[in-house]
This record gives sequence, C-alpha cells and structure tokens, in this order.
Amino acid sequence: MDFLSPSTWEEALAAKSEHPDAVPIMGGTDVMVELNFDRRRPPALLDLTRVPELTAWGPDGPHLRLGAGVCYTDVIAHLGDRAPALAQASRSVASPQIRNRGTVGGNLGGASPAGDAHPPLLATGAEVELASVRGVRRVPIREFYVGFRQTARRPDELIAAVLLPAPRGPQAFSKIGPRNAMVISVASFALALDGDARTVGTGIGSAGPTPLRAPDAERFLAERFDWDGGTPPAPADVHKFGELVAEAARPIDDVRGSAAYRRRSLAVMARRALAWTATDYREGTARCA
Amino acid sequence: MRVTFEVNGEPVTADDVWPGESLLYVLRERLGLPGSKNACEQGECGSCTVYLDGVTACACLVAAGQCAGRSVRTVEGLAEAGPDGERRLAAVQEAFVEAGAVQCGFCTPGLLVQADDLLERTARAGRGVPGDPEIREALAGNLCRCTGYEKILDAVRLAAAREAGTTEGGAA
Repeated sequence: MDFLSPSTWEEALAAKSEHPDAVPIMGGTDVMVELNFDRRRPPALLDLTRVPELTAWGPDGPHLRLGAGVCYTDVIAHLGDRAPALAQASRSVASPQIRNRGTVGGNLGGASPAGDAHPPLLATGAEVELASVRGVRRVPIREFYVGFRQTARRPDELIAAVLLPAPRGPQAFSKIGPRNAMVISVASFALALDGDARTVGTGIGSAGPTPLRAPDAERFLAERFDWDGGTPPAPADVHKFGELVAEAARPIDDVRGSAAYRRRSLAVMARRALAWTATDYREGTARCA
Repeated sequence: MRVTFEVNGEPVTADDVWPGESLLYVLRERLGLPGSKNACEQGECGSCTVYLDGVTACACLVAAGQCAGRSVRTVEGLAEAGPDGERRLAAVQEAFVEAGAVQCGFCTPGLLVQADDLLERTARAGRGVPGDPEIREALAGNLCRCTGYEKILDAVRLAAAREAGTTEGGAA
C-alpha cells in the first residue's frame, strides 16, 4: 500500500488521476475503520489533510462554498446561520472526537445512506463540486447518489466542495437513534422551506439504498402551506405530509430497526419538522410585517 | 515508511510503518506509549483519545502518515514538571484519584484527555465551571463499561472548580 500525501490541490488531483484506485482520506472516521478491521486493502491512501483549500469556507456567488474537508465541529461553530439544517445534523454526529475529524466531504465520498449530512444537503438543494485534472463540474445533490454507496463521482475525481444556497426560510433536521450520542441513525429527516420560491425541500436518511427525497410530500406541502404566513398548517395536512414522507422511503429491516419502524418514525419526524419550521416561518413573517 | 512527528513535546521517529497503520498502533507498539488504550478500533469508545495539533481525536482513526510533522499529546503528557522539577499528576488526574473515578481503568486515559480538553475550553479559559449538560456532551464519546459515570462526573466537576478558582485568582 502507498501513502500519497499531496500538499496542494493540483498535486492531489494529479495523484488521483495517476492512482484512480487510491482511497482519499481526510478525518479517517470511515476509512480507518475499514482498514483496522481488514475490510479493505486499497492500493494507496490519498491523504488530503495537507491541502489547505479543503478546510476553507466562504461565499461563492449566491452560495456558501464549503470545502470538502471542513469538519463537523467547524460547521457547528461557524455555519449555524448560513446552513441551519446541516449544522443541526452536524451536532448529532457521533462524539466530539469524531466531529473534530469527520467531514461533510467524507460523508459524501462514502455515501452511506445513514450519513447525517445527506438529508440537509438534499432538502436545501446543494451542489457537489467534483474536480479532476480534466476540469471541474458541479453536480446537483439530487443527482449525486446513484446507488447503494455509489455516487456520480468518477474514479479520477475528488470531491472539492459543497455549494449551499443561502437559506430562504426555516430548516429543521431530526434523527432517531438509541441515544443522543454515538448513534448511527435508524432514520433521519430534513426539511427546508423556501419562502421566496414557495417550495419545499426534503431529505430522508437511513431508509433506503441511498439518501432520498420525498417529492410528493414536497409538492403537497408547497401547495397547502400558507406562504403569506398567517395560519398554522391544518392537522389533516400535517398528517398527510407525514404519510407522504413515509411512503417515499424504501427502508429495509436490519439490526438498527425494522422497515415498519423506520416508516413510522419518518412520519413522526416529518410532522414535527413541519411544526417547528411552520412556527419559525410564522414568527419570521410576523417580524417582517 | 518512516514517520517523524512530535509526541508530548519530544521529536519521535517510527520506522517500518505500514501506510494503513493507525496513530494508536504507532504510539503503543512502536513508541512504547501504552497509555492510550486499544479497545474498539472504530471510534466508538474514546479510550484512545489524544490531542492532535491541540484538537482531540481517536488515535485509532488517524493514519500514522497523517501525523508526519504534527504534534501529538497523549495521556502520558498530561502530567507536568513542577517548580522542583518533579513530574506531578495534572489537576484532572488528581481529581479522578480523589473522586474514585477509576474502576478497571481502561477508559480512564481517554476520559482524562477529553476532560482536559473540556477544562481547557471552560475553566482554564475563564469561562468558569461547565454545567452537567456540557460535561456530558464533552464526554459523550467515551464509554466506561464499568458504568462508573457518576464518579467520573464528580471528578470533572472537582477539577473544573479547582482550575476555575485558580484562573479567577481565588483559592485553589
């Protein structure tokens, strides 16, 4: 096994082009587990911790550009206002030690359906910036997950950054697990309201082969929601929204939970997320009036 | 491969390191520093918590090569020499002894480093004694399978009160 340790982004892209089988490693919170347990023996590790660009974030046109190597601790400490659902999800990741090392880019690279960053990225319509020596392209997150742990990333590409639209309404993230820390989610859900476009975004985690959206639930709520800000959603609409989210899931029975439990908890989380964001939306509208 | 870095203030070199080898393995098996414990090897238990460039991490999840040129502080580095040159247990270590926060002791090194980090960010930073929710959150990634958590919380409260007193100029 080789250990490749580029110190610039250009070197990193050249190394990935030369060694498409090299496994990128940043915080190591997924990759090292696979190595420690002999589950994987890649021909090379590509250490990206010395590439300064990857740990930077800042505005990029209308987006927040989040380097792929920004750890969860930094998302929580610095980006709660610019990426509320992602910051909320980041707070629920594992433990302080893991949040100090684990990155949003790593979550995307591994593409486990249980990754906590995926539902907020789906709900907010993020884009993933992929780079190689051939050039740079941006893939909408909704086209990024193509199968179980499979993504649109090509073998010679590295994940450079995530681009997040500025929030245009309340967002919420919710996750079910046996305790508050060190939990791989049994199911998770993110909701983002866009008060300008009057659209709704959703993201479902741990309840399908890939992270999923609930398009029918999004359309239903966008039509039924009182975007002028007066009335709370009718109980029947809240219930229906929860049911549509649960129907969009494609869960399986496994050691963490049954498919039926996952569907049920998703309906509950969707109803709660709607209640939280609707309250925030009304309060925001009241403040503006 | 050869990896050169700093451990507890001293430059160290490890030879014949396999590229997939963890920092934890290098510390324990190549550098003779068995304080950091090897339990789960997947970041679940926190027994191998060390500082890497001043930030706590599970040493089992850091590739040794990622440490080249960087600075690591392990539980062995918490005790510091006093004015007379004798090394003494750090305040957080004394507090664990006094509070009886050690049963089998396997989780203790990781808890000490993680508790030290909490004190660094709170009591020693002039932010006073952390509340129980903050202590619990800081230690959420450290498992004690003897389930001695009450005494561990006592120890952290005790250490925090002493260190906050020192920082604020009161009696220690």
